[in-house]
Amino acid sequence: MKATGKVHRYGDNVDTDVIIPARYLNTSDPKELAGYCMRDIDPDFAGRVKPGDIIVAGKNFGCGSSREHAPIAIKASGISCVIAENFARIFYRNAINIGLPIIECPEASKDTEEGDEVEVDFDNGIIYNLTKKRQYKGQVFPEFMQKIIRAEGLINYINSKYQLDIRWTIQDSEHLN
Amino acid sequence: MGMTMTQKILAAHAGLDKVSAGQLIEADLDLVLGNDVTAPVAIKEMEKINKKGIFDKDKIALVPDHFTPNKDIKSAENCKCMREFARKHDITNYFEVGEMGIEHALIPEHGLVVAGDVVIGADSHTCTYGALGAFSTGVGSTDMAAGMATGKAWFRVPSAQKFVLIGKPSKWVSGKDIILHIIGMIGVDGARYQSMEFAGDGVANLKMDDRFTIANMAIEAGAKNGIFPVDDTTIQYMKEHSTKPYAIYEADDDAEYESVYEIELNKIRPTVAFPHLPENTRTIDEVGDIKIDQVVIGSCTNGRLDDLRTAARVLEGRKVAKGVRVIIIPATQKIYLQALEEGLIATFIKAGAAVSTPTCGPCLGGHMGVLAAGERAVSTTNRNFVGRMGHVGSEVYLASPAVAAASAVTGKISSPEELGL
Repeated sequence: MKATGKVHRYGDNVDTDVIIPARYLNTSDPKELAGYCMRDIDPDFAGRVKPGDIIVAGKNFGCGSSREHAPIAIKASGISCVIAENFARIFYRNAINIGLPIIECPEASKDTEEGDEVEVDFDNGIIYNLTKKRQYKGQVFPEFMQKIIRAEGLINYINSKYQLDIRWTIQDSEHLN
Repeated sequence: MGMTMTQKILAAHAGLDKVSAGQLIEADLDLVLGNDVTAPVAIKEMEKINKKGIFDKDKIALVPDHFTPNKDIKSAENCKCMREFARKHDITNYFEVGEMGIEHALIPEHGLVVAGDVVIGADSHTCTYGALGAFSTGVGSTDMAAGMATGKAWFRVPSAQKFVLIGKPSKWVSGKDIILHIIGMIGVDGARYQSMEFAGDGVANLKMDDRFTIANMAIEAGAKNGIFPVDDTTIQYMKEHSTKPYAIYEADDDAEYESVYEIELNKIRPTVAFPHLPENTRTIDEVGDIKIDQVVIGSCTNGRLDDLRTAARVLEGRKVAKGVRVIIIPATQKIYLQALEEGLIATFIKAGAAVSTPTCGPCLGGHMGVLAAGERAVSTTNRNFVGRMGHVGSEVYLASPAVAAASAVTGKISSPEELGL
């Protein structure tokens, strides 16, 4: 699976309140949420974003509230991937669970600038900055999470398990670094 | 290598003798929680799951607390969705307006969480119940949907940091000051993905309400959970509030911690987090002259009875400064009633404060105290992000109920000491 697009660059600690302010949480319609995405940090984002674009940010992206509306708004905006130095844990879970591709890579996060063209290969974690002609190795997801991502979210993953009538158990041996 | 307290609880709920940091497990859930913002999304997701029905009607809690009493038509539709779902599935723990409260004050008060439980909630402050010696953590709506359907959730077993609390806090220093001090020390991502395990002789000097406040804000340091050891205070609380059996887990002596901090409680001063991150802390002595427009005392962080008692001790016989709006929100109906019976509500109203029915309202800029451009609030809530309480040009200063109440009287960020208290 690959994503290619133009970069929207943000800094550290981008919280879910600026990704989708609480005043818009009275709806869960993805299209409507996309219209308000990044409103309090980048008011023009919704008008500027093109399908396939990529968000690159610093550390602790998505900190704060557990609102799934945040990754939903980003995904519905057409963003194909979020690259960050690292993610806040609830956002990380939520992104995987709803099928928003994300990848952790401190080096790519530091080097990438607004407007760069970037390609991400999720199978091997390679991030290629087409503008700067530089390559980085991001962290590959453990097998269990890759299965959820390939199923495009947790619900599909659970359903596939139920269809096969097997307990959706994680292998005991599987560890993250 | 031994296990931390969190790891032991997770192992027991995964049917494993031992787990280690980084391991992916599937754990049985004792409670799945949602509110009027997150549950409607979860309910929609649940409809897509092939397994029909819920795993246990007694182990799901639904609390309409964020935009309630409903602030607009869309919020009313969300609450209606949750209410109808609760009726359809005969969910025991649905709390209607009139009997509800802010979820993280309400759930322990109703005894729905006890020591040793594993709890997920589609609200980031679900980590509050770590105060009771439970593993509890915030998740999103899809995890909530999967939890409601299957009674299970996947977790990456967290590593931990240990915070050894020593001694006794001084007068006007509360759980809020302790956790703000810690977040100021380690940063908003200082415990990212990890457990914050509290220990030390100082724990015995903290009331349950202080412990709830501290565990509540573990997420503001990026933590997966915050957890306290179970002692006589915890057991007393559980006996008063719950009939559920509890299980006490203790960290092994050789449990591994990424870092260990020793914190002398008597050295902590009243602490304020400046905009726009909870880590931007200063002691009250370093605050300077910050004039304010609004004070909020309430929320899942500081809307409990002890918080209101502290605020009343400061406001008793005093008046709110001219030009300052003070909004006080008891976190649950029970707390509201107790505050009424103790005369606290009369004290607040005589001082010139507005008192509201329980709601998360102003904490997240939802309703009941939204800020205009350029306005500043001192708030006992948990986040001071850009635009958190309203306009992107407004500012939130996080503080304890004592500092918030003193600031209400002086019109600038102040300690009760400045009032001669």
